[in-house]
Amino acid sequence: MYSKDGENYYIVDAHVALWDARPENQLNIHGKQFIDCFYDYHRNLSPESERWTYEEYLYQGGERLLKDLFTDGYVDHAIFQPAHLGAFYRNGFGQTEEAFALASEHPDKLTYNHCFDPRLEQAGLDQLRRDAERFGLKGVKLYTAEWRGDSRGYKLDDPWTYRYFEACQELGIRNIHIHKGPTIRPLDRDAFDVADVDKAATDFTDLNFVVEHCGLPRLEDFCWIATQEPNVHAGLAVAIPFMHTRPRYFAQIIGELLYWLDEDRIQFSSDYALWTPRWLVEMFVDFQIPEDMTEYAPLTVAQKKKILGLNAAAMYDLDVPDELRLPREEPQAVAVA
Amino acid sequence: MLTHDQARAALHTVVDPELDEPITDLGFVRSLEIDGTRVTVHLRLPTSFCAPNFAYLMASDAKDALAALPGADEVAVLLDDHHDSELINRGLADDAGYRGTFGAEAGQDLDELRLTFRRKAHTAAMERALTRLLRADPELSETDLHDVTLADLPEGAQTEGLLRRRGALGLRTGPGEPVLVDDAGRPYPREEVPLRLRFARSIRISIDGNAHFCRGLLRTRYPDSGADQSPEHVSRTVRTNAS
Repeated sequence: MYSKDGENYYIVDAHVALWDARPENQLNIHGKQFIDCFYDYHRNLSPESERWTYEEYLYQGGERLLKDLFTDGYVDHAIFQPAHLGAFYRNGFGQTEEAFALASEHPDKLTYNHCFDPRLEQAGLDQLRRDAERFGLKGVKLYTAEWRGDSRGYKLDDPWTYRYFEACQELGIRNIHIHKGPTIRPLDRDAFDVADVDKAATDFTDLNFVVEHCGLPRLEDFCWIATQEPNVHAGLAVAIPFMHTRPRYFAQIIGELLYWLDEDRIQFSSDYALWTPRWLVEMFVDFQIPEDMTEYAPLTVAQKKKILGLNAAAMYDLDVPDELRLPREEPQAVAVA
Repeated sequence: MLTHDQARAALHTVVDPELDEPITDLGFVRSLEIDGTRVTVHLRLPTSFCAPNFAYLMASDAKDALAALPGADEVAVLLDDHHDSELINRGLADDAGYRGTFGAEAGQDLDELRLTFRRKAHTAAMERALTRLLRADPELSETDLHDVTLADLPEGAQTEGLLRRRGALGLRTGPGEPVLVDDAGRPYPREEVPLRLRFARSIRISIDGNAHFCRGLLRTRYPDSGADQSPEHVSRTVRTNAS
C-alpha cells in the first residue's frame, strides 16, 4: 500500500520477473545481447539514484525481489510474467522453480503465471494442462518473438495458438499477457503489429488480452483495436518510466490510453527487474497532465487507484481490503475533453 | 573522385522507416571510410534486438544509395552488434537481396512493410500540420479541418515535409487538395474528422516517442554517438522539462 495526501493506494505490480542472465546461464551471444538490451533500457530510463550495477542486474534472487517489491516498493501483490528464452539461456531466462517456490511461500503476495509456446503443438498442449494444475494458473505470458529451432516467432491467430487458447478457456486460464517482439514469420510484415491480438480477442471474448507495453512501439495500432475489443487491456510496463525522462510524452501516452480504452483497462507494472516499483509508484501518484495539454483531462485520484492496483486486482480476483476499494458511487468513466 | 560529403549526402537519403528520419540524423552511421573507389560504412542501431527486417532495409538502402554514386566501384555496408549481423552482412556482401538473405524466414518482399510506414509517416505529418493550425486559431474547430486545403498551411519545413510524404505515396499535392485524407488521398466524411484526427495523433505520438527512445538508447549504448545525432526537430517533438 502507498499513502499520499490522505489517500491510500492498493498496489498490484502486474508484470514482474525473477530472471537469471548471469554468464554461466547464457547459452550463446544472444543471451548477453538480450540482457544488455534490458540493461540499456534500465540505464536510459531510470533516475540516476535508482540505477543498478550491471552485476546486480544479471540476477536478483528471491530475497532481493521481496525487498524491492514489498518492503521498499509499496507493492501489495505482484504477478510473475516469465519469458522462457530457451534459445538464449541454458536454464531459461525466467526462473520457473525459484519463482513458483516463492509464490507458493507467499501466496498472499505473489501469483505465478507461466508461459507456453504453441509451436510445441500437442506436446506443449499436454504440458500446459499439467502446468495449469501444478501452478494453479490464472494467466499466461506469451512472448511472440521467442526463438525456437529455426523459427523466431509466432502469431496469436496461428491455428495451434487457437488450440492453446481453447485449452485456456477450459482450464480457467483467463488472462493472456502478450509481449510482441521484433520477429515473426515471414519477416515481410511489421512484427509489432497487433492485428493478431485483434483476431484472437474477437474469437475468445471470455479471455482477457493484456498487451504489455501498451502496444509500444505501435501505440496507435493497439489503441485502435482496444477501442473495439472490450477484452483488450493495456499493461504499462516500459511506458511508465517515461514519467521521469519524458513526462510530456508519458502524459500523451496515458492521455491516449484513457481516450481510446478507459480507466478500467490499464494496469500498472514496473516490469521488475527492468525497473523497481518504488519510484514509479511515488512518481505516478504525483503525476499530472500538464495544464497546457488541453486535449487531455487531468488524471483523477480514482483513476490512479484503478491503474495502480484495482484493475489488476479485479482481473486476478485479489482480496482488496475494503478501505482500499473505491466507493461504489465513484463515477466509473471520465470523459476526455 | 568520390568525396566524403557526397557519400554522406547519399546516406542522408536513407530513412529509418519506423522513425521517419534519415539514418545520418539518428546517429546510425558509425563510420564512413573512402579509399579511392572503395567505400566502407559501418551502421549501428540502438539495441541488438532492433527488428531485423528494418535493420536489413536500412542497410540495403544504404548500400544501394552509395553504389549509385559515380566513382563508388566497391561498396561495403556492415551492420555492427546486431543479433542478425552475421546473416545481414553476409547477405549484403553477396547482394543476395531480402529473400536471399533471410531464406525461409522471408515471404515475398518488404514492399508492404515500406508502404505501411510511409502511410504512417504521412498520417503523422498531417496531424502535425493540422494540430498546429488548431493551436494557432482557437476559433477553428476539429470538424472545420475537413475544409482545410494545402494552400491554407503556412510555408515552411513542416508543410514541405507533408508534401514530400504525400509525394512518396503518390498523393496529389496541388494547393486546392484537402489536407486530411486517408491513405489513398480521399477526404473523410465531415463527421469522422475528429476521430480521424485523434487516430492520426496516436500515430504521431508513437513515431515521436519511438524516435526519442531510440535516440536515447543509442546514446546509452554508444556514449560517443550523441555527437553524431542531429537535434530532435522542435516542430516534431513535444517539449520537455527533463531533457
